[in-house]
Amino acid sequence: MSEMPEVVTITTVVNETPTVKTFVFDKLFAFRPGQFCMVWIPGVDEIPMAFSGANSITVMKVGDATEALFSLKAGDKIGIRGPFGNGFWPSGKVLAIAGGIGVTPLFTLAASGEVDTFILGARTREELVFAEELAKVSDLKIATDDGTFGFHGFVTGILDQIDVESYDTICVCGPEMMMKGILDRLVAKGIENRGQFSMHRYMKCAVGVCGSCCMDDHGLRVCKDGPVFTGDLIKTGEFAHHHRGPSGRKE
Amino acid sequence: MIQIQLPEEEIAGVPLKNHMLLAAGILGTTGASLKRMLDLGAGGVVTKSIGPEAIPGHHGPALIPVDGGLINAMGLPNPSKDFVEEIAPLKGEPVVVSIFGGTPEQFGTVASWFPDAAAFELNLSCPHAEGYGASIGVNPRIVRECTDIVKTYNKPVWVKLTPNVTDIKIIGKAAEDGGADAIVAINTVKAMRISTEMRRPVLGNFFGGLSGKAIFPIALRSVYDLYEAVDIPIIGCGGISTADNVLEMMMAGASAVEIGSAIHDSVNVFSEIAADLYSPDGIPAEEIVGCAHV
Repeated sequence: MSEMPEVVTITTVVNETPTVKTFVFDKLFAFRPGQFCMVWIPGVDEIPMAFSGANSITVMKVGDATEALFSLKAGDKIGIRGPFGNGFWPSGKVLAIAGGIGVTPLFTLAASGEVDTFILGARTREELVFAEELAKVSDLKIATDDGTFGFHGFVTGILDQIDVESYDTICVCGPEMMMKGILDRLVAKGIENRGQFSMHRYMKCAVGVCGSCCMDDHGLRVCKDGPVFTGDLIKTGEFAHHHRGPSGRKE
Repeated sequence: MIQIQLPEEEIAGVPLKNHMLLAAGILGTTGASLKRMLDLGAGGVVTKSIGPEAIPGHHGPALIPVDGGLINAMGLPNPSKDFVEEIAPLKGEPVVVSIFGGTPEQFGTVASWFPDAAAFELNLSCPHAEGYGASIGVNPRIVRECTDIVKTYNKPVWVKLTPNVTDIKIIGKAAEDGGADAIVAINTVKAMRISTEMRRPVLGNFFGGLSGKAIFPIALRSVYDLYEAVDIPIIGCGGISTADNVLEMMMAGASAVEIGSAIHDSVNVFSEIAADLYSPDGIPAEEIVGCAHV
């Protein structure tokens, strides 16, 4: 089946924070929270991005491709391939933990009414994304690195204050060192299989054939077997140790 | 359907566990993914093509699924010499190292890094990397020289050919004359798609190579032609996704096959095909290799 990029027209650009924008477009995509799409910026590149809604992506400026995306405005066209990957599969009582732009896929999970408690972290108050919306659909706890809002410190600081074993599923997305801190705590309690971690890796094909996003030590494909993996699958191997760049070199 | 027996001897110099290898460029970037494919039933694996320098490859989109196949323009991304460490844990397994270069000397340099390779597959056929692959693989003299220089490393040398030539037999002959132990046919077929809404090519590189079911008849025809032109084993590659496809390739003249794009449908394709293809009561594969040449 042909999976050519679907060309969409940007209808609205929302400034979420100084470094994060939401791009709303004119077509709807049926996706499960945690699935992602490939965003084609013509003449520049194609990059993986989480859906923040059926017709939107929420993007942080981190490199050439996202910088080019940030220069686009209403009326401009981009291509969307997807949805791809497995997405989250929560059950029972659900805790979500997000850091930075990692909030995007977990925001969609919370918006669908599946999250009981949400721990949201950001560097500083002005970098908090979707906090108001999340407070309406979950018991929201906020941590900022600089203490400008909520708990002064990392999300793991809040995690240490709550009874994590009372949750059946712990969904996590954010910087890898943050996710490592959470996985370590789940491992210590022997409940790492309750953790569902959304991984981010360099990828080219997004459909499970090129191998650029394969992880040590099981050879699992982040694009197809993931991007969400249970804690027991990633607790050994490359997680929080290394990843691979565009050439396949370890970085 | 005919069923065959598992191979009892080496094929083209490599002790394969069955007649099916993972094709180059598919899940071949890491040692872990190659190991996974061996565990999932591949009889051997061919690595991502490794070159003299680490390169990131083309900008995306680098691959798009189309009706009946995939079009890719990855641009030969590879970690170069770092790949030695990547596949070190696979020592002793049937790992064929695919190599590319811009000159025969560069082919020799890359080959010298891999003393544990089961064989080398020379990528003289990638259709979308300027100065590499098919841009030199259409020249019989260079094909012969590349084969000749890699042969000095005392491993079986397989030469992978492009179908994007007037007469594939001439290039096959050149590889045989250079001392190749086998020919792999075929690499992808030059192709492209245009987004009518964007009014521009979809792939970052504008054009790429088509693989998958759509090219199976082209690959089959190439193997059939080569079987009449050369005396060395031929490894069939291009759009194989069923046990019957494997048999058809063998009847055209292939001693073994490589499978790539079918991974898009199922990562378990090797064990799925093997379940249909093999039986202890089956016939030896050699009985059907080339039998369609009546």
